[in-house]
Amino acid sequence: MPDPVMADLSDQLLTVAVLCYAIAMLGHAVEYAFGTRRPTRRTGTRSLVTVGAGVSNPAVGADVSEPAAPSGRADLAGKADLAGRAALWLTVLGALAQAGCLVTRGLAAERVPWGNMYEFTIATGLVGVVAWLVLGFRRPVRHLGLFVTLAVVLLLGFAAVRLYSRAGPLVPALNSYWLKIHVTAAVLATGIFMVGFVAAVLYLIRDRHDDAVAAGRWLRFPVTLGVQLPEAATLERMAFRLHALAFPIWTFAIMAGAIWAEEAWTRYWGWDPKETWAFISWVVYAAYLHARATAGWRRSTAAWIAVAGWVTMLINLFVVNLVIEGLHSYSGV
Amino acid sequence: MTTTPVATDATRLSTAPEPPKPGGGRGLAATGRRWWRQLTSMRTALVLLFLLAVAAVPGSLFPQRNVNQSGVSDYFTAHPDAAPILDRLWAFDVYASPWFGAIYLLLFVSLVGCLVPRMRLHVRAMLRRPPDAPRHLDRLPQHAAPGSVPVDPAGLADRIAGMLRGRRWRTAVRHHDGSVTVSAEKGFLRETGNLLFHFSLLAILIGVAWGSAYGFYGNRLLVAGPEQAFCSSLQQFDDYGLGSAASSADLPPLCLELVDFDARYLSNGQPEAFSAETRYTLGDSAPRDFTLRVNGPLRLDDGSVYLVGHGYAPVIRYTDRYGRGQTSVAPFLPVDQMLSSEGVAVFPDANVNPKTGKREPDLQIGFQGRYMPTLPDNPQSGHSAFPAERGPGLVLFAYRGDLGLDAGIPRSVYSLDQRQIDQGQLRMIGDQPKLLRPGQKWTLDDGTTVEFLGTRQWITLQLRHDPGAPLVLVAGGVLLAGLLASLTVRRRRVWFRLSAPEGAADLRGRTIVEAGGLTRAEYTGFGDEFTRLVARSVPDSGSIPARDSAPPSAPPSGAKGD
Ligand code: HEM
Repeated sequence: MPDPVMADLSDQLLTVAVLCYAIAMLGHAVEYAFGTRRPTRRTGTRSLVTVGAGVSNPAVGADVSEPAAPSGRADLAGKADLAGRAALWLTVLGALAQAGCLVTRGLAAERVPWGNMYEFTIATGLVGVVAWLVLGFRRPVRHLGLFVTLAVVLLLGFAAVRLYSRAGPLVPALNSYWLKIHVTAAVLATGIFMVGFVAAVLYLIRDRHDDAVAAGRWLRFPVTLGVQLPEAATLERMAFRLHALAFPIWTFAIMAGAIWAEEAWTRYWGWDPKETWAFISWVVYAAYLHARATAGWRRSTAAWIAVAGWVTMLINLFVVNLVIEGLHSYSGV
Repeated sequence: MTTTPVATDATRLSTAPEPPKPGGGRGLAATGRRWWRQLTSMRTALVLLFLLAVAAVPGSLFPQRNVNQSGVSDYFTAHPDAAPILDRLWAFDVYASPWFGAIYLLLFVSLVGCLVPRMRLHVRAMLRRPPDAPRHLDRLPQHAAPGSVPVDPAGLADRIAGMLRGRRWRTAVRHHDGSVTVSAEKGFLRETGNLLFHFSLLAILIGVAWGSAYGFYGNRLLVAGPEQAFCSSLQQFDDYGLGSAASSADLPPLCLELVDFDARYLSNGQPEAFSAETRYTLGDSAPRDFTLRVNGPLRLDDGSVYLVGHGYAPVIRYTDRYGRGQTSVAPFLPVDQMLSSEGVAVFPDANVNPKTGKREPDLQIGFQGRYMPTLPDNPQSGHSAFPAERGPGLVLFAYRGDLGLDAGIPRSVYSLDQRQIDQGQLRMIGDQPKLLRPGQKWTLDDGTTVEFLGTRQWITLQLRHDPGAPLVLVAGGVLLAGLLASLTVRRRRVWFRLSAPEGAADLRGRTIVEAGGLTRAEYTGFGDEFTRLVARSVPDSGSIPARDSAPPSAPPSGAKGD
């Protein structure tokens, strides 16, 4: 029987996690607005490169971005750097709370804590955050945390408001060790695809930005964000790495799901909406890897396909469960 | 031996065939070749992949016959105008439609056309010696000139080649005029994996086709009790599907009886566990017991038996005008999550005069009923309060007249024939239904009685055999292994050029070492690997740095990939 104390604790930990991420988002915003990463900005061309709708000087924009300078160079930059670092550690705290939320939920329901959409969304968000933290601590991309924390706050908020369900055991069809394998893989792959999607979008922005700067064109939002972003090639490679990591995991998740479906629903593949959209995502991501591998194609083509892939993932997560629901139900025998 | 380095070949790391030259010529053959090239190009593959993704979408928007037959019927009722048109476009059979088939068949033709030449090239590349060093090693992405060492070129070449072979590089040593080159190559597993991946896609398609041709399934509702046992012949299934190449002889000689069914629920009525005790025989075998569960099918050699549904079958005893009692065990179908169930109990042989044996056509009896395993506070609602039996009740509507069973028209066994009722052939007795609890009796207007004795459990089973599934499973494993190899392994080459110094007296008896390396741009760890290889290639002592370039200084770290 569900343990109400643990279940309540789990709900509270989710609130703590959201709070941590929200404060981290503030820290990242401070860093984003006042931080400095470009040598040119330190040397007084600040007026040329403003965040928001600004103008960028081709000479400045062509400058290759470099890792964040050690803090304490300029006073403001030092404070901004501090804010960024604090934000990253707050994100760690948030991730711990989020992990705690899942663990207590698992204890409350005495099962793996990804048995319904609410839990699946939280687990996916956690994988995304952890993947982000690994990147954020190791690469000069920390200030991108603004976008990541924003995405996570929105995701968790949506989960808490729209998807919430009390902790409880699973319906018999879900009660299988294949659930653990299949859903774990799906959660992992989804989380990594999510971070890969962020990288692909940022790459597209930076790419646009570089093109515009090279052509001496005016910049408009969101292309202006490109000023602050790492080099296009770095972002593109990051996006590829993440997708290349997530794709086999997603493949495995689909295969584990098929094995489980063979046991629970008598056939390994039946084209129900969930399966269909998993297949669609798989095909789109395969197309991404193809486009990426084809010599002579623009990398931005591949990045757009990756964006399309993430859209299909979102459709599968939210539209199929909440709108096409009824064609397929995970309850009952 | 030639000293001309085959630079273009050496620096090409992909086994992709050369892009075809623009096809010349007219005529059928030339046109065919052009079309074939178009079809097997990467761009076409990409377009077809996209088409496949898009074509799969309508199948998730419209109900599909193979998944949700009743959904299709509902759709026809709700959209009487659009449905037939959509049906003609195969909107309700998307995955069996010719247009869906055309896309994936084209894709697979493209795949074979693309991969067979690639496989040939790959095999050739594996059999060939690694190509000789390009002339300008310093133009390669990785380059090092660690200096000179006091060894002769040939000896050093053997040492380096041995070192590389120990690390599973394929090597070739070539002696030129005044120099020796060592070529080494690694990472063929990438292309092998890629080919395995694509061919296992093909194997999966074959497995699916095989399974649908030679497979079969049959559904059967089975009530508990030894006299209800069923044997797997086609007539005994409520519905079934045979693959185009399968026959009834392929069905396993299975006879199965439901001994007991047990369901556990949470307090809110959500099911928690189901188990069905069964006893079965296969051919002449002794009876065996097996507990069927939702995730635990009974595995036979050629087929599996799955538990797919369950419900209640009220047991109703009717005693007619001549005092003869008949008992009906009628499965009722659940209509909600709390297992409120509907069904009928019919007694076509009721009120047959035992003296004459003559059937009175208008004295047949039928009951339309609604069963609630837990009667709610307000039984009129008709909705059970809980799915398990905690104070059950059965609401019966009694009908007398001609049941219409002899008309030979297929009809539902879960409801009375509405046409007979409409035509007045079958009339309701009284104007009220009657609520019966187990053991209660209801006396009808003519003195006959109906008694609700209790219920039995029933389950629905599916017997299914998919002989293609093992192939699909194995192909899936190969696919994943191939994919991993293809995404993690990097094809890479290194070359060492070992030359005797010209002129300089202080270098006599020494060998100048120069190295170059090449890989795909993605592999950022290659720099470290290259540095380590170079460091290992020169003997520890006695090396003199070259004048123009410093020895590699990056410490080996974090290199990955094989
Ligand atoms: C059935 C549909 C197909 C699927 C799902 C698929 C999937 C994939 C995937 C996931 C990869 C990435 C793995 C890797 O990087 O090696 C890949 C690579 C590749 N695919 Fe396909 N593919 C399909 C059809 C085709 C076709 C029709 C062709 C030929 C035109 C093709 C040619 C290639 C090539 C050449 C690569 C290797 C790219 C490289 O050098 O890295 N594929 N495929």
